[in-house]
Amino acid sequence: MINECLAIYRREMLILKRRLIRQMAGQAVSPLLYLVTFGYAMGDKIRFDGISYLDFLLPGLVAMSSMTRSFAIATDINVARFYWHIFDEFQAAPISNVSYVAGEVLAGMTRALMGIIIILGLGLLFGVHLAYGPMFWLPILLNSFLFASLAVALAMLVKNHADQSLLVNFVITPMAFLGGTFFPIARLPGWLQSILKLLPLTHASKAIRQAALGKPVNLHSLALLAALGAVIFLIALGCVNRARD
Amino acid sequence: MIEIKDLQKNFGDTKALKGVNLTVPDGELFAYLGPNGAGKSTTIRILTGLTKISKGRARLGGYDIEKEPRAAKRQFGVVHQHVNLDPELTVFENLDIHGQLFGMSKAARRARIKELLDYIELTGRAATLIKQLSGGLKRRVTIARALLHEPGIIFLDEPTVGLDAAIRRRIWALIKKIQLRGTTVFLTTHYIEEAEFLADRVAFLDKGRIIALDTPANLMAMAGAWAIDQFKDSGMQTHYFKDRKQAAAFQTDDSFTLRRVNLEDAFLSLTGKKVQP
Repeated sequence: MINECLAIYRREMLILKRRLIRQMAGQAVSPLLYLVTFGYAMGDKIRFDGISYLDFLLPGLVAMSSMTRSFAIATDINVARFYWHIFDEFQAAPISNVSYVAGEVLAGMTRALMGIIIILGLGLLFGVHLAYGPMFWLPILLNSFLFASLAVALAMLVKNHADQSLLVNFVITPMAFLGGTFFPIARLPGWLQSILKLLPLTHASKAIRQAALGKPVNLHSLALLAALGAVIFLIALGCVNRARD
Repeated sequence: MIEIKDLQKNFGDTKALKGVNLTVPDGELFAYLGPNGAGKSTTIRILTGLTKISKGRARLGGYDIEKEPRAAKRQFGVVHQHVNLDPELTVFENLDIHGQLFGMSKAARRARIKELLDYIELTGRAATLIKQLSGGLKRRVTIARALLHEPGIIFLDEPTVGLDAAIRRRIWALIKKIQLRGTTVFLTTHYIEEAEFLADRVAFLDKGRIIALDTPANLMAMAGAWAIDQFKDSGMQTHYFKDRKQAAAFQTDDSFTLRRVNLEDAFLSLTGKKVQP
């Protein structure tokens, strides 16, 4: 099973290697713009809980990137499924659903880590120095696992590439802006806070920010990300069967 | 061996397969012939585990594709209708990942890939990106990939579609070579001459049912031995004869063309329509 999973992962990594420069450049553009516009140009006017906006923003961008970059694996799965028909090759191979999903999820998590390292590098250029210990990386891994699993599940359910774009517009983009990335959700009305606390990104942002600022990490957030990730991974396993006609 | 019993497939209200029964013995080159939409690709997709069965069962090398999918999938290799190679990976990488999916060791994969690249006459092209290959070469790589794990059965779903006549004939030679090594070949095609040239037995599939199954020679004999195409203002009409003398007697002027009966005639005489659109 591990060998099969590694075959799926290896394929994704070989493709990533071929596109590495393009991918890295593409992954640097958005965070660079956010850091310049929100952090650098306006940041000195804004402080949250006694910290500079750049110090607040960077962990938020890391959380957002752990979601968007891992979820982006869905696009590649769909291209492989609908345009290149490579998914047929996996379905005709004697591999388990666990191997397939785990291989793709690992690939999604690797991409997320790559994007985050780029953000941290940009952060250093902007003079942001935070704590990057194990408790900083743990919520990143949990969040990217969760969203990579969600990406595989949804990629199996959609019927065409256009549906995938709709999911990004209606699910991922709103969460990216409202999940505690750019501002503390405590500034929003109580009813909206209650809704936003249901979003995994809100908990990921909170935990990553706490760790980055050297504060104790809320274990409730970590447990929630782990539990939700496990549930979505199981759903993704079932969705692979549904992808058969 | 491939065993199919009462195979049925429904897509909503559409019945794509209406109870197909078939046994293909080891080492046979079997052609599954029918017009577009007859159910050829659906049959292959079911046999290779890509599509669920609505009713009936299918066994490959003794393993049920629905109940024992992993064991059944080890029995065959498949060349899909679409060239489904990773365009951004090299020939070697595409083949190597396939071998890894089938649990082959690194050393076994390397040795087998080298052997197969020689076999498909692509020696020295291991490091070439798939997107840099022509359509015919890509097709040969998909055939090599299907053979990599040394399966007893190979499914070829329209393996020459879209290729020019010269390349098609090279693929035919390769298919024959595969059969001569003892592999069971299940070929779907709507090219009449492909089935006629390659197959030991042919099944005619029409509207989800097998309407005839025999050797190409016996199927053609059902229509006759000789045919005359007569061109009229209303279109072409074909007449069939048991011997050449009868046919020649019918041929009274230049509007008649005398030729040998082919599989298209056999299909036409059974269904009233042609295989090729």
